[in-house]
Amino acid sequence: MSREAALQVNNLRVSYMTGDQEVKAVDDLTFSLYPGERLGIVGESGSGKTTLAMALMRLHKPPAYIMGGEAILDGGDILALEREDMRQTRWSKLSLIPQGSMNSLNPVVKIKHQMADAIEAHERGWSRGRIAKHIGELLGRVGLPDSVAEMYPHELSGGMKQRVCIALAIILEPSVIIADEPTSALDVVVQRVVMQTLNDVQEQLNAAMIIIGHDMGLMAQSADRLAVMYAGKLVEVSPIRSFFSDPQHPYSKLLISSLPSPEEKRELAGIPGSQPSLLELPSGCAFHPRCPVAVDRCRQEIPLLRNVAGDRRAACHLVEEQAS
Amino acid sequence: MKANQLLEFDNVTMAFGGNKRNPDGVVALENLNLLIRDDEPRIIAIAGESGSGKTTLARLGLAMIKPTGGRVIYRGRDLWEMANDERREYRREVQAIFQDPFAVYNPFYTVDRLLLTPIRTFKLAKDRAQARQLMQEALDKVGLRAGEVLGRYPHQLSGGQRQRIVVARSLLLQPKIIVADEPVSMIDASLRANILTKLKELRDDFGISLLYITHDLATAHQISDQIYILYRGRVVEVGDATTVIQNPQHPYTQLLVSSIPRPDPERRWEGTVEIPLQELSPGGDRAGCLFRHRCPQRMDECETTPADYLGGYGQTVACYLYKENGRIRDAMQ
Repeated sequence: MSREAALQVNNLRVSYMTGDQEVKAVDDLTFSLYPGERLGIVGESGSGKTTLAMALMRLHKPPAYIMGGEAILDGGDILALEREDMRQTRWSKLSLIPQGSMNSLNPVVKIKHQMADAIEAHERGWSRGRIAKHIGELLGRVGLPDSVAEMYPHELSGGMKQRVCIALAIILEPSVIIADEPTSALDVVVQRVVMQTLNDVQEQLNAAMIIIGHDMGLMAQSADRLAVMYAGKLVEVSPIRSFFSDPQHPYSKLLISSLPSPEEKRELAGIPGSQPSLLELPSGCAFHPRCPVAVDRCRQEIPLLRNVAGDRRAACHLVEEQAS
Repeated sequence: MKANQLLEFDNVTMAFGGNKRNPDGVVALENLNLLIRDDEPRIIAIAGESGSGKTTLARLGLAMIKPTGGRVIYRGRDLWEMANDERREYRREVQAIFQDPFAVYNPFYTVDRLLLTPIRTFKLAKDRAQARQLMQEALDKVGLRAGEVLGRYPHQLSGGQRQRIVVARSLLLQPKIIVADEPVSMIDASLRANILTKLKELRDDFGISLLYITHDLATAHQISDQIYILYRGRVVEVGDATTVIQNPQHPYTQLLVSSIPRPDPERRWEGTVEIPLQELSPGGDRAGCLFRHRCPQRMDECETTPADYLGGYGQTVACYLYKENGRIRDAMQ
């Protein structure tokens, strides 16, 4: 590998232990994330996207457990870190913009104190003046006036709160940012402004970013590469342009054809059936009951994520056979 | 009663609050006119950002709030002057699908109750077996397996599942009008297409009209016949949905359409957009064009409120740029 990955995830497995059953929410995930890169991860609700984000931050709570694998960040496996070391890593090297994060601000604390908290938890030596200056700079970076520091969350609009959350995420200049549905619940114009802000700060820091979401349009606008999750597994990872022009996995193809477009009015093709319950996954490829081109082999054998063409990977027997 | 009139908004204004210092209160919707006809089922999209008044419009149409100006009329009767039997008919014929599938459930009851209540209230089934069959059919239509959701409590279901059950519930009643407030915004892309197709079938097969309230212009374009673009309580553009989305005329509609995240990496957003801070405060002065502070084509005239003019592609636009095309007198019909 020519470049060194900012984050290398190998064979990550996360399960929910319910009663005597193990629900594999993230099943044997391997991917790399390079500095300056924006990797989109899409999937339906319940496909394991948020579980993945929480596990990488090690903020998952029982009954979720990491069952195996590693996540190499800055030369070390963050999944093996002691609690205190992980606390130090969070925010300084790896930060999260959680889902619905605009509701994660404390309603009775001024923005500047919330931001100062995050700094003080990591940098004990900073003077008040230095902290205040840094907060002003950060707000400027996300396009907010200094006066926001003195405000309470209820005085801000949704888009402004979301930008405060972005400022919080970059407060210690992490090398990896995980944004979980960063613009859900925002209006289109505000969404565009927030994504621009997020992309700008990520570029300035040359940080690697994982954008988790289900909005394919947003991914097409922002991501460099796209990873598709289905029932806890990655089924395709491709550069964004080739993903949209020539999707490999049948699920990716159907996803793209189900998207409404403002340019043309056509019959929308939904995907028949619904996502399987993780408690009773179908045999073989988890997608085969909904797949229009499934063959016998798909019902028996679980396809592995393999290189298909150049820098693209897909987990499908048919794609693999075509390639070979 | 006008011929074939089903639901009509007649110059409806809705203001909230209001006191001595601020007698008008916060105007959420201003002078809205809209008509749904009986003989011509249509899907009418109401699009706008949060604060545009689109949810207020839905609540007015559902008689959840009483307008502070104008009238909402169903089959010739003001919603607030109906007799009991008229109201009962209205309640069955106008159904709602709400935005937040987490707020419509009582957490102490299984989802069966949500489906059984309308069956009982409107006596749709003779016995339990038939009721169960109706429930299964309705769930089937929205892509849910009855065995997987019936008997469950809301917390055991995902947001997408809950919303689909709400859609199934209104399918049970085969209403005349469905007021759907962001019905697919919490549903996954692969199923969203199925549900949108289902909503279209309601129009085509059962003659049900839909008020489709959304911020998502792409889905509005796919299923709607007509579209209303709202900005801070005022209609800024109305017309055929395809025309308005492909050839937006009002500068605000143009901004909205250009901000749609297109699922095409070859066509990314161009340029940057700023949102001025004064924009963010609700209420305030409502004289003049409300969009003028953000408008790249602002003129002196914009200090007074524009009338409805004929846009370049036959739509109605409240913007002085189209003044030369002439006014539209009865624009909303």
